[in-house]
Amino acid sequence: MLPIEVKNLYKNYFPAKSGKFAGIGNPVQHSGETATVETGLSFSVSKGEIFGIIGPDGAGKTTLFRILTTLILADRGTATVDGFDVVKEYKEIRKRVGYMPGKFSLYQDLTVQENLNFFATVFNTTIAENYYLIKDIYQQIEPFKNRRAAKLSGGMKQKLALCCALIHKPSVLFLDEPTTGVDAVSRKEFWDMLKQLKNQGITILVSTPYMDEANLCDRIALIQNGQFLTIDTPAKIVGQFGKTLWTVQSDNMSRLLLDLRAVKQIESCFTFGDSHHVTILNDQFTKTDLHKILHEIGHTNVEINEINPTIEDCFMELSKHS
Amino acid sequence: MPERVIDSMEKVIVADKLTKKFGDFIAVDHISFEVERGEIFGFLGANGAGKTTAMRMLCGLSIPTSGKGLVAGYDIHTQSEKVKRNIGYMSQKFALYDDLTVAENIRLYAGIYGVKEKEIAPKTKELLLRLGFDNERDTLVKSLPMGWKQKLAFSVAIFHEPKIVFLDEPTGGVDPVTRRQFWEMIYEASDRGITIFVTTHYMDEAEYCNRVCVMVDGRIDALDSPRNLKIQYNAQNMDEVFQQLARNAKRTDAI
Repeated sequence: MLPIEVKNLYKNYFPAKSGKFAGIGNPVQHSGETATVETGLSFSVSKGEIFGIIGPDGAGKTTLFRILTTLILADRGTATVDGFDVVKEYKEIRKRVGYMPGKFSLYQDLTVQENLNFFATVFNTTIAENYYLIKDIYQQIEPFKNRRAAKLSGGMKQKLALCCALIHKPSVLFLDEPTTGVDAVSRKEFWDMLKQLKNQGITILVSTPYMDEANLCDRIALIQNGQFLTIDTPAKIVGQFGKTLWTVQSDNMSRLLLDLRAVKQIESCFTFGDSHHVTILNDQFTKTDLHKILHEIGHTNVEINEINPTIEDCFMELSKHS
Repeated sequence: MPERVIDSMEKVIVADKLTKKFGDFIAVDHISFEVERGEIFGFLGANGAGKTTAMRMLCGLSIPTSGKGLVAGYDIHTQSEKVKRNIGYMSQKFALYDDLTVAENIRLYAGIYGVKEKEIAPKTKELLLRLGFDNERDTLVKSLPMGWKQKLAFSVAIFHEPKIVFLDEPTGGVDPVTRRQFWEMIYEASDRGITIFVTTHYMDEAEYCNRVCVMVDGRIDALDSPRNLKIQYNAQNMDEVFQQLARNAKRTDAI
């Protein structure tokens, strides 16, 4: 029995006959294959795994989380959490999972300590009983334990919400965009906390729009428009990129972008921080060839390097075909 | 549109020891900087560093406790209404009304920003043609794809041709391709002489700015081009620069 097992999950917020779709698991016809129509999302998560659902707003991340936490019903497909069915045995699931929704959902007019105590009581336990689990996180907000939740900063709210989701010692933790709008330093700290929880044997399903967080997960599913683009370890996804990728820089980056797109051997070109990433159509085209082209149209200090793709490169490549 | 002559020395934002206190707490602590016309100016900092407070002062929404600020040539303390008319504002959290059509959103914001009634219709037509949206003028914004919404939200924020547009985390939660298309629009606007003041949590986006300032505990601890900052902090990328600076923050969460 796996902590999370999902099979052919499908949910459309529009009526079936409307012909419109918003939700998860809409059928996708793969190009090149005849009549293979996949319906619904399927995946499973192993015990103690950090599994990331990575994709932009509106991709279906929250819908998936709400179905698994038994808050809404899917139209089709099955899902189990800790071996319990999300429809028939929802009461069992609610006892066992911790859920941190994307929107801050604690009681604004209760203090830090009151919120934590409330959630412990609801789950028939006490703060003392499972304190070891939250100790490292709670100590960071303890100096403000008598402050109302409404008056906390974003980072502190996030830590309190995590404590409240953990206080009944859940076996599976659902974190819906815990790091959205959080600065780069606090995001790093938050992921360190997740690693600690993983070491305690807690299974974690976490969603994020930040592609750079993919490498902190054991496995990830990239999601867009309600469909998974791929499911695998970050390393394997990067390994399957299958194209030559170069970074290109010159003194005039904004003109370079347009000029690179005009080169017919270049398939795609995107800005990536201080360089542009380009994929090449055929392997006969070399860096020397590109140097020559760019030099001829007046670019100076051109630098071209072959690199390994990032998850964001993979996401953009895969989303082209969906 | 009349040809604009870009005078790169024109200062569109001048902050001089700008300070905001809430009781004993100094949210923004004597910050001074200047932003030039057409510049893409990145405004970074950890949560609680004072970015939002500083931005609210520059937008004329919050009166500084001390110090001076000029935005688009107007004093943020004594001429805040004039400041508001000469800036644009957009954030990912709140950009357009989902239950209004494309044309209705443009008309609403144009009105709010004080565009003359008779100019709205022809300018709307021109904008929709330029964006390739002419078939969508009566479409509800909620049914537009995310990339289109972003383009429209940015176009609406600069519809009244402000000197400066403030972008508060404009790309949060946006897919990677749309995020990049959005930055290409920012480049275009900057080439036309519009100054871009932008906050972001994506450190790769900090690299796209002409200059970046990093706020720590209400102060500006670093201000330079991404290239120079990387040299100064001996860092591979802006994420490393940011981590080094923001880790020194004493109050990140203690507000």
